[in-house]
Amino acid sequence: MDILNAVVAVLNFVVIPATAYGAQLALGALGVTLIYGILRFSNFAHGDTMAFGTAATILATWGLQALGVSLGPLPTALLALPVGIAVTALVVLATDRAVYRFYRVQKAVPIIFVMASVGVMFLMNGFTRLLIGVDEHRFADGARFIINVRDFRDMTGLSEGLAFKTTQGLSILMAIIVVWILFWFLNRTRSGKAMRAFSDNEDLALLSGIDPEKVVRMTWIIAAGLATIAGTLYGLDKAFKPFNYFQILLPIFAAAIVGGLGNPVGAIAGGFLVAFSEIAITYPWRKIAGYLFPDWQPDGLLQLLGTEYKFAVSFVILIVVLLFRPTGLFRGKSV
Amino acid sequence: MSTNRQAAAASRWRIPVLFAILAVLFILEGTVRNGMFSGSWNTSLAILNMGLISAITALGVNMQWGYAGLFNVGVVGFFALGGLAPVLISTAPVEGAWQAGGPRMLIALATAVGTLALASLLWRHMPRGKLRGLALTVLLIAGFVLYRGLFDPAVTAIESNNPARHGNIGGLGLPVLLSWLAGGIFAAAAAWAVGKVALGLRSDYLAIATLGIGEIIIAVLKNEDWLARGVKNITAIPRPVPFEIQLQRNPEFMEFANSWGMAASTASGIWVKLCYMLLFLVVLLLLILLAELALKSPWGRMMRAIRDNETAAEAMGKDVTARHLQVFILGSAVIGIAGAMMITLDGLMAPVGYNPLRYTFLIWVMVIVGGSGNNWGAALGGVLIWFLWIKAEVWGPELIAFLTAPLPASSFKSGLLEGAAHMRFIAMGLVLLLVLRFAPRGLVPER
Repeated sequence: MDILNAVVAVLNFVVIPATAYGAQLALGALGVTLIYGILRFSNFAHGDTMAFGTAATILATWGLQALGVSLGPLPTALLALPVGIAVTALVVLATDRAVYRFYRVQKAVPIIFVMASVGVMFLMNGFTRLLIGVDEHRFADGARFIINVRDFRDMTGLSEGLAFKTTQGLSILMAIIVVWILFWFLNRTRSGKAMRAFSDNEDLALLSGIDPEKVVRMTWIIAAGLATIAGTLYGLDKAFKPFNYFQILLPIFAAAIVGGLGNPVGAIAGGFLVAFSEIAITYPWRKIAGYLFPDWQPDGLLQLLGTEYKFAVSFVILIVVLLFRPTGLFRGKSV
Repeated sequence: MSTNRQAAAASRWRIPVLFAILAVLFILEGTVRNGMFSGSWNTSLAILNMGLISAITALGVNMQWGYAGLFNVGVVGFFALGGLAPVLISTAPVEGAWQAGGPRMLIALATAVGTLALASLLWRHMPRGKLRGLALTVLLIAGFVLYRGLFDPAVTAIESNNPARHGNIGGLGLPVLLSWLAGGIFAAAAAWAVGKVALGLRSDYLAIATLGIGEIIIAVLKNEDWLARGVKNITAIPRPVPFEIQLQRNPEFMEFANSWGMAASTASGIWVKLCYMLLFLVVLLLLILLAELALKSPWGRMMRAIRDNETAAEAMGKDVTARHLQVFILGSAVIGIAGAMMITLDGLMAPVGYNPLRYTFLIWVMVIVGGSGNNWGAALGGVLIWFLWIKAEVWGPELIAFLTAPLPASSFKSGLLEGAAHMRFIAMGLVLLLVLRFAPRGLVPER
C-alpha cells in the first residue's frame, strides 16, 4: 500500500506537473530552434513574443466571455487562440520586415541579429505592457480538474491523493497535436521540405529555386504560432504575468541547446529533460522517502535545491552540455 | 556591421560638443522650473550621480563588446554581485554571527569549490572510459552531500543569530572605498567561471550563459538571507561622505550655506551629492584613462584585430579564447565596481530592485547609442540615456496628454494616458533598433 502511495505521490507532484511543463517548454524551444535553423540566430525576443501572444489571446478570451461564448469544460482561451496567433504572426512578420531583413540582406554576423532581437524584446515587452499591464491575470475557465484529489481517494482508497488539472491535460494533448502537425508539415509538404532544405544548406536551397523570403516568412509564422500556443498553455497552467515569460527564456534556451539548436526532435526531448530535472531537483522527497522507508526519519526535506533556484537547474544543464557536447545531445548545428 | 569600424574619421569637435549639450541639459534641470525640468539642483545632481555610475557600467560593457565583440546579457548579475561587496566588506561586523557559523560556512564553501576543482582535475587526468564517468559522478555526489551537511547547519546558525535585526554574516568594517575594488574582484571571479565555460564556443552561447548567471546571482541575493539578509535588505551601509544631518549641525557649513542664500536642507543635500559626484568622476576618469592607455598599447591593437577578424588573428598566433576571457573578466570587474558604487550611493542593498530590463538592457542601449568601441562614447551614452530614461517618466505622459488633448474624454484616451508609463520600454527598444540600423557606430564613433 505504501509503495502505491509513493507512486501516486510521485505522479502527482513530479510526473504530471513536469510532463505539462515539459510540453510547454518543448513548444517554446521548438520555436527557438526553428528560428535558429532557418535564420541562424538565438532569438532573445521569443519569451516576450510568448507573452505578447498570450496577452492577445487573453484579450480575445475576455471578448468571447463578454459575448457569453464558452467551451463548456474547456477553457474559452482555446477558441481565442487563432486570434492570438494571427495577431502575433502579424506583429512578428512586421518586426522581420522592419528589423531582421535589413541585416539578412547585409549578411550581418549572428551576434548583430541577437542584439537586434534584444531590441525587439524591449518593444514586445512594451507592447505587452500597453496591451494588458504588468499585473497577474488568471484566465482559465471551464472545469478545473480532470481528476480531483477527493474523487481519486474515494475511487482507490489510497491515503495519497492525485489531481490532474484540465490545463495540464490540455498542455500535453495540445503539444502532441501541434508537434504532430508540425512534423507532418516539415516532412510531407513542399513548403516544409523547402524549409528543411534551407536549414540544411542555404546555398544549395537557393540554387534549387527555393524563395528564401518565403521560407523566412513561413518560419516566423510557425514560430509565432508555437510561441502563442506555448505561452497560452503556460499562462493557463500557472497564471499570466509578463515578467515570468522573460524568465522562462532560460529554460527554453537550455532545452533548445540540450537538444541541439536547429534540431526539432532535440528541442522536444530537451524540453522534457529540462522540465523533469527542474521539478525533480526542486521537489522535497521527504514524503516519498517516508512511504518507502517508514523507519528512516531524515532531518531535512530531502530537497536538493530550493524552488527559488529552479533556474539554476536549467543553467547547470546548459553548462554541462556546453562543456561536454556543445552541439547538443542530438547533434544540432554549429556555426 | 561593416568589418572595419574605424572607417571615416569623425570631427575633432564632436566629443566636446556632445558633452557640452549634456552639461546644458543638466544645468537646465538644475535651474529652469517648468513642465519639462524640475529646477532643483538636488534632482539634477541625483540624476547625474546615477548617470556617472551608469557610465562606468557602460564602460565595462563597452570593453567586452567594443573591444572584443562579446555579448554579455547578464550585466545585472555582475552589477549586483559588485553591490554585495560594500555589504560584506564595509558594514560593521554582526555580533555573534561569525562565532555562530562563520568558519563552518567557509569550510562549506571551500568544500564546494574544492569538489569542482577536483572534478575538473579528475576529468583531465583520468583516461577516457566508463571508470572516469563513474569516478566523476561519485565525487560530485559525495561532494554535494558533504557540502550540504556543512552548509545547512551553518546557515541555520547564522540566520538564527538575532534574526530581527541581523541574521546575516555581517561585514568586516573596512573602509567603503576599499569595497569598490572588492566589488570588481567579486564580479571578475564570476566572469572567470562563466567565461571559462562559454567562451570559445559559438558567439550566442556566451549571451545565453550570461543570461543564466545573471538570473542566478539575483536569486542568490534574494534568497540567501545569511549573506545579505535577502529581501529584508541591508541598510546603513557606511558612506565615504558626510551625512546631511551632520552638515546641518555644523555651524561653519550653515554660515557657508547662508552666504549662498540657500536653506540648510537644500545646501547639505547638494553638498553631499557634489562630494559623491567628485568621487564618481575620479573613478570614471581613471578608468577611461586606463582603458584608453590599454587600447593604444599593442594589447589594444591585438584586441581590435581579433574582433575585426578572428580567423586572421588566430592565424597570426593569437590565442583568441584566452584574450576573450581576459577582456571579459576586465569588463565584468568594471561593472562590479559600478555595482558597489551604486550600493554605496544608495546606502541600501535591496536585491528586489535588480531588474534585468533596467540594469542589463538599458546599459546596452547606452553603449550602442554612445558608440561601441569608444570609451568616451560609452560614458557619454551612459549619462545621456540615464538622463532621458529618468525624464521620459515625466515627458512621456506630458507628451501623450498634449497629443490627446483634442480628443474627447474616453476610455481609449485614459488607456493611452495610463499606458504612457510603459512607453519608456518601447522608446528604448526603438532607440536601440534605430541606432543599430542607421548609425551602428553610435554618437561618438570609434577612432
